[in-house]
Amino acid sequence: MNNFTNPNLPTGEVEGGWQKTVKNLSNLTPEKKNKFEIIIVGCGLSGSSAAATLAEEGFKIKLLTYHDSPRRAHSVSAQGGINAARSLSDKKNKVVIDQLFKDTVLGGDFRAREASCQRLSELSSSIIDQCVSQGVPFAREYDGTLATRRFGGAVVSRTFYARGQTGQQLLYGAYQSLLRQVNLGNIELFTKRDVLDLVIVNDVARGVIARNLINGYLETYRAHCVVLATGGYSNVYYLSTNSLKSNATAIWRAHKRGANFANPCFTQIHPTCIPPGGIYQSKLTLMSESLRNDGRIWLPRKINSKDDPENIPEYARDYFLERQYPKYGNLVPRDVASRRAKEMCEKGFGIGFGGKGVYLDLKDSIKKDGLKVINAKYGNLLEMYERIVGEDPTKVPMKIYPAPHYTMGGLWVDYNLMSNIGGLFVLGEANYSVHGANRLGANALLQCLCDGYFISPKTVTSWLANNTEIDNRKIDEACKEALNYVDKKIKALLRIKGDKSVDYFHRELGEIMMSKCGISRNRDELKSALEEVEILRKNFKSNLKIPETNSGLNVELEKALRLEDFIELSILMIKDAIEREESCGAHFREEYQTKEGEAKRNDKLFSHIAVWKFNSDNNSHTRYSEQLKFKKINLNTRNYK
Amino acid sequence: MKDFISIKFKVWRQISNESRGIYEEFSLEKVSIKISLLEALDQLNEELITKNIRPITFDHDCREGICGSCGFLINGQPHGPKRGTTTCQLYMRNFKDNALIILEPWQAKSFPIIQDLSVDRNALDKLIISGGYFSIETGKAPDANLIPISPEKAFSSFETATCIGCGACVAGCKNASSSLFVAAKLAHLGQLPQGINDKKERSRKMRKQMIIEGFGQCSNNLECEAVCPKEISAEWISWMNKI
Repeated sequence: MNNFTNPNLPTGEVEGGWQKTVKNLSNLTPEKKNKFEIIIVGCGLSGSSAAATLAEEGFKIKLLTYHDSPRRAHSVSAQGGINAARSLSDKKNKVVIDQLFKDTVLGGDFRAREASCQRLSELSSSIIDQCVSQGVPFAREYDGTLATRRFGGAVVSRTFYARGQTGQQLLYGAYQSLLRQVNLGNIELFTKRDVLDLVIVNDVARGVIARNLINGYLETYRAHCVVLATGGYSNVYYLSTNSLKSNATAIWRAHKRGANFANPCFTQIHPTCIPPGGIYQSKLTLMSESLRNDGRIWLPRKINSKDDPENIPEYARDYFLERQYPKYGNLVPRDVASRRAKEMCEKGFGIGFGGKGVYLDLKDSIKKDGLKVINAKYGNLLEMYERIVGEDPTKVPMKIYPAPHYTMGGLWVDYNLMSNIGGLFVLGEANYSVHGANRLGANALLQCLCDGYFISPKTVTSWLANNTEIDNRKIDEACKEALNYVDKKIKALLRIKGDKSVDYFHRELGEIMMSKCGISRNRDELKSALEEVEILRKNFKSNLKIPETNSGLNVELEKALRLEDFIELSILMIKDAIEREESCGAHFREEYQTKEGEAKRNDKLFSHIAVWKFNSDNNSHTRYSEQLKFKKINLNTRNYK
Repeated sequence: MKDFISIKFKVWRQISNESRGIYEEFSLEKVSIKISLLEALDQLNEELITKNIRPITFDHDCREGICGSCGFLINGQPHGPKRGTTTCQLYMRNFKDNALIILEPWQAKSFPIIQDLSVDRNALDKLIISGGYFSIETGKAPDANLIPISPEKAFSSFETATCIGCGACVAGCKNASSSLFVAAKLAHLGQLPQGINDKKERSRKMRKQMIIEGFGQCSNNLECEAVCPKEISAEWISWMNKI
């Protein structure tokens, strides 16, 4: 059945599995480490933290990023916080670790490896120590200890935060450690580089091909191994909460070179974002979900209503979540809230641009608690909303709509975070590891730092200690081949000379993916999406326009290269969504739901990770599966009611 | 107010640092007031692309005011007319119909031009490289709760740590000084108990680097504070000078 690498899970008890694994990993002396070079692609939380740590240990690091500075990576945008299982007494420690472990597995709807979730939970506390020692100014209690808050429906308060800018502060911590190593000469920074291909020799990753974004030259980078920390692919949907340059190119190219892709259809949609205001809208901004605590969600009862919300009387408003879920009302889980909003808008009740929006009304809470209380709770958020939308949300109901936010799917990695390609490690959002079919709030930052500070430094070292053979002649050949490939790919795009911009095609792709492979999916629509994306791909290849320029800097070419890969990835996402005939986590298949409209998992057939292999000889994909076993926790159905 | 307006852009065009630049004018019709200035530039660029004209180059990424990538002079002001706002968060409703918007790159010796509105701000990273960090290695951190930090102190440190490294303070200063950028980093680290011991040394290194990178002396006219999208107070420069 299975034709891919072993996940290398620890044997025996789930608890303490990581310590046992570490004992068996090989190490190297600092003098020996000095002789190894490692390429790290990406400078977000996982890339920066891995680079800093590996450099501290003595390795020579080449860090590549398309940003002008590592401080700009998309991790900087994370607002909420970082989970950690910490308690003041050792006795209670096991309890809090178990709780975070359980919530992570349940949040992922039993589609992640138990052992990895356990490790995440066990390591979480030392991450907070690490960050504080770097100078991350977390919020504090009056006695000077670290403050926590409840987050994303969790019953316990274990999320550490720095106002609404936790990602920024954690990133700056890692960035500063990184630059300290640059100063010590252990890290060489290559900014403004787009990694466009991998160099693989005898199934081992030995380098990358990058395009210098300033002068347009292609460059070859060689090393003893490669770490990809390039983030997620929500920008497949064009409009998402991701930064505009976030892309899948490095992982997609790795995939085409043999690295398997796991569960590509697992993507998370966030229910409360600011909806688009026009066709030139370039991104969707996240509004904290906490607003649903005080905001009532409604739509006009009249179809296609263009009336101002202030002029719609109470009786003409449909508080559809309260109507459909009398018990939970506006606080139903994320995915349920998103699906109901989508359905209502598809029926024609939606408001705002393109009818893709619902009202979130703070009026009643202001009446009850006073404007002062609401402002104290959400002040920053309301200001941000007003800046973007130009309406005062304490006077006019806010408009919100779900938006793609995070991708759980990614390159398949084993317990050591190595893909099926030797020496190709994948960290952070770019891999498929702990989040299963849906990510728990405040676990994204945690996973990145776990991967970067604590896991990869150990496993990368061990792999290098056992793989010292280098075939320089073969690497030369492989570099040349990869460089030629990229050069041809670029020339082919420049040769098209059609009449439509990259963004035109990207918007089209986004629309197909959002409506047919987004909040909810069904077989027929997925099938038609597959055809539509195929047509789009052909159209892109014959009608794309990249204006001529006599400078090496060519932003439209950068975008075209990214989009070409997004289009291919979309096809795999749709195929994966078709094959997974169940609803789990954020993957909702309309055919598989309970009478109450809840997701219906199928553990008998789908308690596995879908692992997609690319066959380069006939340009096709094969689906394999890695069975998931649960020893510590019983498979059960989530129940929010 | 109209939902759609017309805008006249006058944009600095320069293909590289070695070449000469000129102003070019473009008119853009049907600009929704609900989009941002950068989105209006996207719209203009789409028009240019179909006419086979090289689109205008500008830096951007997160488009929600936190990554620090964007920034140029808008009618002479870094990040434009709205206080505490990055370029990407400036919306077209802040402009009148038929307005003329002049866009120019940051002007500072330490920020060479890359193309059009994009400049090289590597000098800011060099300042951090010179000493903007604590010297702690991974895995050697003590328990985070061992040293209590009062909420006021933590928050004061946080406020200076919010600097996004956009470079507006440099662009706004007539001496192109990076004093506010450096002061913010020194204050972020130097207010925390972990950073008190090497406070002086850090300050010495970073301030020396400012000179090496060609940044000017503080001009004392507080323009840096006025243009900072994160509204970091220039009082931190006085704080820095007392270290």
